[in-house]
Amino acid sequence: MNTNSQTEVIKDSSMLLQKTMIAENYDELTNTEETGKKISATFVPGNLNELVMCFDMLNNLPEINAINNGMRKKSGAMVMQAEKQGHSEDVCTYVKADIGSMSRGNLAPNGKPMPSPDLLLLSYTGCFTFMKWFELLRHEYGCETAMLHVPYEGDGVVTQNMRDYVVKQLKEVVIPALEKVSGVKFDIDRLRENLRNSARAEDDFVWVLESAKNKPSPIDAYFGGVYYIGPIFTAFRGTDKAVEYYQLLRKEIEQRITEGKGPITPEGDMQDERYRLVVEGPPNWTNFREFWKMFYEDGAVVVASTYTKVGGVYDLGFRHDPDNPIETLADYCLGCYTNRNLSQRVDMLENYVNDYQADGLLINSIKSCNSFSAGQLLMMQEVEKRTGKPGAFIETDLVDPRYFSAANVKNRLESYFQMIEQKRQGIRSAA
Amino acid sequence: MSTAEITARCKSLYDDLDFTSARAWKNADPERKVIGYMPVYVPREIIHAAGMLPLGILGGGDQMEVIHGDAYYQSYICRIPRSTIELGLTKKLDFVDGMLFPSICDVIRNLSGMWQLMFPDSYVRYFDVPQNYDDNIGGKYYIEELRELLSGLEKLGGKPITDAALRESIAVYNENRRLINAVYDFRAEQPSKAPSVEVYLLMRAGMVLPVEEHNELLNDYLAAAAVEERPVRDNCRIVINGAFCEQPPLNLIRSIEMAGCYIVDDDYMLINRWLLDEVSVEGDPLARLADAFLHFSADSAAKYCDRAQDVGQYLLSTVKKTGAEGVIFTAPSFCDPALLERPMLADRMDEHNVPHISFKYAENSGQMQPIREQAGTFADSIKLWS
Ligand code: SF4
Ligand code: SF4
Repeated sequence: MNTNSQTEVIKDSSMLLQKTMIAENYDELTNTEETGKKISATFVPGNLNELVMCFDMLNNLPEINAINNGMRKKSGAMVMQAEKQGHSEDVCTYVKADIGSMSRGNLAPNGKPMPSPDLLLLSYTGCFTFMKWFELLRHEYGCETAMLHVPYEGDGVVTQNMRDYVVKQLKEVVIPALEKVSGVKFDIDRLRENLRNSARAEDDFVWVLESAKNKPSPIDAYFGGVYYIGPIFTAFRGTDKAVEYYQLLRKEIEQRITEGKGPITPEGDMQDERYRLVVEGPPNWTNFREFWKMFYEDGAVVVASTYTKVGGVYDLGFRHDPDNPIETLADYCLGCYTNRNLSQRVDMLENYVNDYQADGLLINSIKSCNSFSAGQLLMMQEVEKRTGKPGAFIETDLVDPRYFSAANVKNRLESYFQMIEQKRQGIRSAA
Repeated sequence: MSTAEITARCKSLYDDLDFTSARAWKNADPERKVIGYMPVYVPREIIHAAGMLPLGILGGGDQMEVIHGDAYYQSYICRIPRSTIELGLTKKLDFVDGMLFPSICDVIRNLSGMWQLMFPDSYVRYFDVPQNYDDNIGGKYYIEELRELLSGLEKLGGKPITDAALRESIAVYNENRRLINAVYDFRAEQPSKAPSVEVYLLMRAGMVLPVEEHNELLNDYLAAAAVEERPVRDNCRIVINGAFCEQPPLNLIRSIEMAGCYIVDDDYMLINRWLLDEVSVEGDPLARLADAFLHFSADSAAKYCDRAQDVGQYLLSTVKKTGAEGVIFTAPSFCDPALLERPMLADRMDEHNVPHISFKYAENSGQMQPIREQAGTFADSIKLWS
């Protein structure tokens, strides 16, 4: 590992900016009693940040809070608290971490209590659990609610009927609810401006993701990718700050390519790229660093991942379009990764393996998440069949530490790396 | 026919994982097609109007050994998709021309994609329903979805589906719903005369028989059950909730009754009672089906409840209407919708002092002793304290 000061500087500039953005956002969220700002709680896939900002409202994302608590090793107790309150051990641990957190004072990472939302804005995109999670939150908070039902791409296409349905809900349900709660009149030009910012940031974001086609890859598109998606998937899409962040990030990555560097890891630059992987499924958060280390210490870099597409699939061409402001929001929601059918997901994975010259597909199957997980074994078979590259399957969970078995995961990964080696030797001896 | 004869017929249909009767129906005419559907709701009227047989696929139960299906699912996913895949791979569904996967949860949703990949020659449709109940928004969307389903079936069948045919089918299903509700009402009034296993099997028969035949069977059962004398037990009256998708084994249903609980209402095979009112046969039939779905349909965890105060009201009203003394929440293991909703329903029951217990099952659960004990203790506590 190279941990020289140059690396620290490169790492720090975009990471520090993001850190400041997040801290400021939490300060804003926990300071609404003084500022009078209103809060909308919403989910990451299909979030309507550009629209919410038109009403001077703040976005609070329960999944992000659960992730934060997971990374700070606090979620285990929260999950168990929710189970004690009668929530089943079988259901998504994001939901239980969120509910458990409420019973423990709902503290933001800055240590201040998170105020109750003024509006629950449910974007029901790509996951059925959201709908019931949202009802559970309503049950707790009893506040104003608005629901945006985004139909699933069952046939792998967005029909006009689906798009019209979403547009209509945006116009007749979501916008009036936002106006009512915020007391601010909707201004479409303000929305256009935010969307313009989104598209700018999206261009740079896609450039960063695609930089992994280089050899060595200058980024890790899964573990590192989690940081790169931060602003664009959360409360910053559509802001000047997000545009600035992605410009900065892009410059850093350009620099890494020029210098022939691999990705940055918590222990400095990764030196020797030995395995290039595509990963499907969200990461585990409770042991994130330990999990990542199992990859970089063996020279494995993730060159493409589907988790970095849950809050929007931009690398297939979609950009928020200021000229069609409401329709573009509908298209965005409809196109999020888990709202796509299995064939589309398999196609994406197959293309990633080929386009990023990967050694194979690794699936991190998450116990909590049927939306991702149901069907993944078939997806792996299909991708193996179509690409001729070996696949591997590991099982962990999001924010419940009871389901992360480091020894099992490590064993699986090591056998997978050996399998890739054997495959390479097989190809060499055949040639 | 006596209830015993009717039950025996229904049981043989239930046991027959080769779907012999549906195969025979199809073989009687080369033009005929069979459309499979999974829980929780599809508008069978449209399939019927196309001259096709709607066939309910409810997994493999406890009689089928799942060998291939397990290779497709992680241990933390419920059992119905794996036994359904098993049915497909072992060619037990090779006579089925199309499959509908309703919007109920992410597992069935993703199973639709798996089916597309595994059985590419079959007509496969993910059947989405609106979670917005405004006629102008969700209603318009739903009518278009119905139209797409209809034109898919027209294409498959090679002939148009007329409004007149749709109206006739709506009428036949109205009659089916009327008879099914009559059986449920009869059981709620005199549960000793309609044991739950019998009612269950009778309803299951409706998943595989042509609706006209099912209607006859329901009529016969009502007539036979009314005159048959049976011992009355000192049981309490309970409602079952949460079993709307993967089905419990028959033994579980029997065990609950044997443990001292008459089941006076349940949500097994909710499709039979999804539409709560007669669907009008006037005007545009698709619009009438949409009206019924939006404004007169049963509540289940698969639906969004748009007003906080309405959560659990449907269950509460069922408890009141049937004079139930308690609720047994019984959901399949790993069933997200049922298990996520349960705490909200339980709170609503608490608010109204309705006692409740909960447990989980799988379609192949074998050990009934713990369930018998739990249900028995529940029945005793109701009898003692209510
Ligand atoms: S089930 Fe999956 S997509 Fe849904 S809330 Fe949980 S983690 Fe997110
Ligand atoms: S049992 Fe529950 S989780 Fe499983 S397929 Fe049915 S509704 Fe979905």
